[in-house]
Amino acid sequence: MRSENTRPPILLSLATVAALLFIHVPLLLIIVYAFSADVSFQFPPSGFTTNWFVVAFGRADLWKAIGLSLRVASIATLIALLLGTMAAAALWKSRFFGRDYVSLMFVLPIALPGIITGIALRSAFNLMDIPFSIWTIMLGHATFCIVVVFNNALARFRRISGSMIEASMDLGADGFQTFRYVVLPQIASALLAGGMLAFALSFDEVIVTVFTSGLENKTLPIWIYEQLFKPRERPITNVAAVIVMLVTIIPVLAAYFLTRDGEHTAGGGK
Amino acid sequence: MTVSGSNAVSFKGVARHFGTVRAVDNVNLDIAEGEFFAMLGPSGSGKTTCLRLIAGFEQPTAGGISIFGFEAQGVPPYRRSVNTVFQDYALFPHMSVLDNVAYGLMVKGVARNVRYKKANETLNLVALGSYGERKPAQLSGGQRQRVALARALVNEPRVLLLDEPLGALDLKLREQMQVELKTLQRQLGITFVFVTHDQGEALSMADRVAIFNHGQIVQVGTPEEVYNRPRNRFVADFVGSSNVLSPAFCKSLGLQEKWASLRPENMVVTHSTASKPKLQQTIEGQVVSVHYQGAATRLHIVTQRGNTLTAVSSKNVYVAGDVINLSWRDSSLHYLDDAL
Amino acid sequence: MTTTVAATNTDLERGNVGRLSDWLFRNPRYLLVILFIPPVLWLGVIYLGSLLLFLGHAFFSIDEFAGTIIYEPTWSTIVQLFQPANFDIILRTIIMATVVTIASAIIAYPFAYFAARYAKGKWKAVFYLLVMLPLWSSYLVKVYSWKLLLSQEGIIPSVLKYLHLTPLLEAFLQLPVIGGNSLSTSYFGTFIVFVYIWLPYMILPTQAALERVPLNLLEASSDLGAWPGQTFLHVTWPLALPGLIAGSIFTFSLTLGDYIVPQVVGSSTLYIGNAVYLQQGTAGNLPLAAAFTFVPIIIMLIYLSIAKRMGAFNAL
Repeated sequence: MRSENTRPPILLSLATVAALLFIHVPLLLIIVYAFSADVSFQFPPSGFTTNWFVVAFGRADLWKAIGLSLRVASIATLIALLLGTMAAAALWKSRFFGRDYVSLMFVLPIALPGIITGIALRSAFNLMDIPFSIWTIMLGHATFCIVVVFNNALARFRRISGSMIEASMDLGADGFQTFRYVVLPQIASALLAGGMLAFALSFDEVIVTVFTSGLENKTLPIWIYEQLFKPRERPITNVAAVIVMLVTIIPVLAAYFLTRDGEHTAGGGK
Repeated sequence: MTVSGSNAVSFKGVARHFGTVRAVDNVNLDIAEGEFFAMLGPSGSGKTTCLRLIAGFEQPTAGGISIFGFEAQGVPPYRRSVNTVFQDYALFPHMSVLDNVAYGLMVKGVARNVRYKKANETLNLVALGSYGERKPAQLSGGQRQRVALARALVNEPRVLLLDEPLGALDLKLREQMQVELKTLQRQLGITFVFVTHDQGEALSMADRVAIFNHGQIVQVGTPEEVYNRPRNRFVADFVGSSNVLSPAFCKSLGLQEKWASLRPENMVVTHSTASKPKLQQTIEGQVVSVHYQGAATRLHIVTQRGNTLTAVSSKNVYVAGDVINLSWRDSSLHYLDDAL
Repeated sequence: MTTTVAATNTDLERGNVGRLSDWLFRNPRYLLVILFIPPVLWLGVIYLGSLLLFLGHAFFSIDEFAGTIIYEPTWSTIVQLFQPANFDIILRTIIMATVVTIASAIIAYPFAYFAARYAKGKWKAVFYLLVMLPLWSSYLVKVYSWKLLLSQEGIIPSVLKYLHLTPLLEAFLQLPVIGGNSLSTSYFGTFIVFVYIWLPYMILPTQAALERVPLNLLEASSDLGAWPGQTFLHVTWPLALPGLIAGSIFTFSLTLGDYIVPQVVGSSTLYIGNAVYLQQGTAGNLPLAAAFTFVPIIIMLIYLSIAKRMGAFNAL
């Protein structure tokens, strides 16, 4: 609904601004204090410096964590792109017994609290004597990444009319050619968006990762999580937080702009 | 009959069932080469399914289809020399008009300059020569339809299938396209198979028409045959409008005790007080309602026995309540074969 | 011989890919299976499999002394949930989830209303991004930011000190239940962080639901003589409610299962998430952990069925 001539009531505008501030100020403060010259959080900060960034980037364990997060996110995203698209293609036009239950299965990983997924995977690993490694982390991440890609891909598939596929075949293209020339170009941007969201999700993930990573393998969020209990290293933690914010926000923004023209915008429902 | 091999399309005992639904039920059909053939019928009558069977998107549950003498069973659509113009046009939105039209040549590996040249020629054929660089989203409905046509024709198919292609167009455009399609078909000489639920369209364009109902073909014939000598009540009712006279009614008029069809425009209307026209049959009736339609006036009449009839008069001089005479020639009355 | 119909030259050179394509066309079921099996295997075996395996443990018990799991079906573990200590945890979590949900709704509604009603054209996209970006921002960073704000040496006490308002803070911390030693070890702290993190989940569906209210409905209402208050009560609110309920599904469910927020910002009391974490970890009591896990699942199933009846699923 749109209001043509009326102005919003003052109270409403105030409430809206207050809510906006509430949402954004805490994050902005982290960025501010990442540049603060103090170790403590006195207000206002006594000066600004980029010193902490230099210190942080000298930390080997931080780099190790960043590297691991990037690796896990990349692999999980690739797997998710492959399996999620396959599932979406299969579910798009098919009608078979139990289809709704299968759809439900593709929602559960994000519908159920992460702790359940985490513990379930961990106890399964324990039972089967699988040691923790980058692969165990990746297993958990890929699971919900598949779901993200699946939903994006399916939404886009639904916008391709079946007659287009038939038209392509009618004109002489076999199944593979039809996929390459007609289907793929149309789902490409949705796949890209889904992949980026999956990457962001994986990079940020901590709830499940706590259970699926061993003592040796710390992703960046796990690193930060442990830092939370080390008050004296707060400035470095701030820097790490800023890094995480950047790495997750940029793909999400990109995904938004990629799918904006469609009815289904990526990221509309986490 | 025709020699096998010279028919463009042949259906022999073809059935297509979806579970218990018999979309197509024992259809036998021969479409000659170079014909403009229409498949006419209400929704769900099986005509579109038959079209899809020819194209290869469906496989028959029983019976066989042959295209120019070759068995089409199991042959995928991309291996048939048949092209389709889809009801929703199905243009590829991510490609330009020219790329759309050239698509069929591209997937067959035709060189770029050759296929673009041919595509442009075909676009000229449908009067869209300068639209090559546009995207389908930028075109109107009528223009998209022509692109779909060009895209199909550029592959020089031996049979062109059209699935209710004019349904989305407004009246003026539809009439214009009917003329253009007919001309195009004459010009190209290829077989057109055309599906529609609009009987006026079928009659005006086709060389022959097949009337479908409940998955079966009820009658095949030229438009004139189908219109003037409908086989049964369904055809009489579906193709044009007709007065369908029951056996009892016919008997009361001194005619054979059979179902009969009488076209409203074949009835002459005169005031009961005027002199009767010299036609074989006359009955008296009262006008119930008058519908002026510009070129003609439709009258609904009730006879003394309570039967309702429709007549068409070129003169708008009657009003409800008038007592009139309806007259017609014997040859205008056509007895129906089945009691359907 | 040939089954091609008037094939062109290039058609004859189809090769293996072409033959595969033909075969797949004739047998579409196989294509479906090929596409479907890997993802379903992954989700079915890895995810569902481990999930069911874990949940099944709720029906077993542990040997108190040996610490091993006795694989005999029993209700005893589930019954333990009703012990006062455990039941407290469950109750506490439910109360927190409820309070968080209500507070989120109160904050979200005006914002969503404003965005739906008064944001036009490109402002719409701006508002959407303003909500979406925090939604997708790192969960952990968000929790961390409040740690910065609330801890004793944190930003809020610093600001208050700067404004000479520290007595206010101390008075607040004296309040029963919601107060504590410091903001970051109080129920209030936990509450605020939960609201903060889940707020975007509440805003988006509410805004979507409100946007679907056509303006002419409101005009019709006032045309028929209703004051703004009545229009709100009888027209706007019922139409916005499904959106709020949809959002509440997220806030409620996410709070029920969370274990990190209470650890980072909160008193040392336990919530369901912490309990599960502890039980499966140091306590080594997998059956009890699984039993606790059933609580949020069952609560959410009930909640979801109520929500569905109230039309929330259409707002998602």
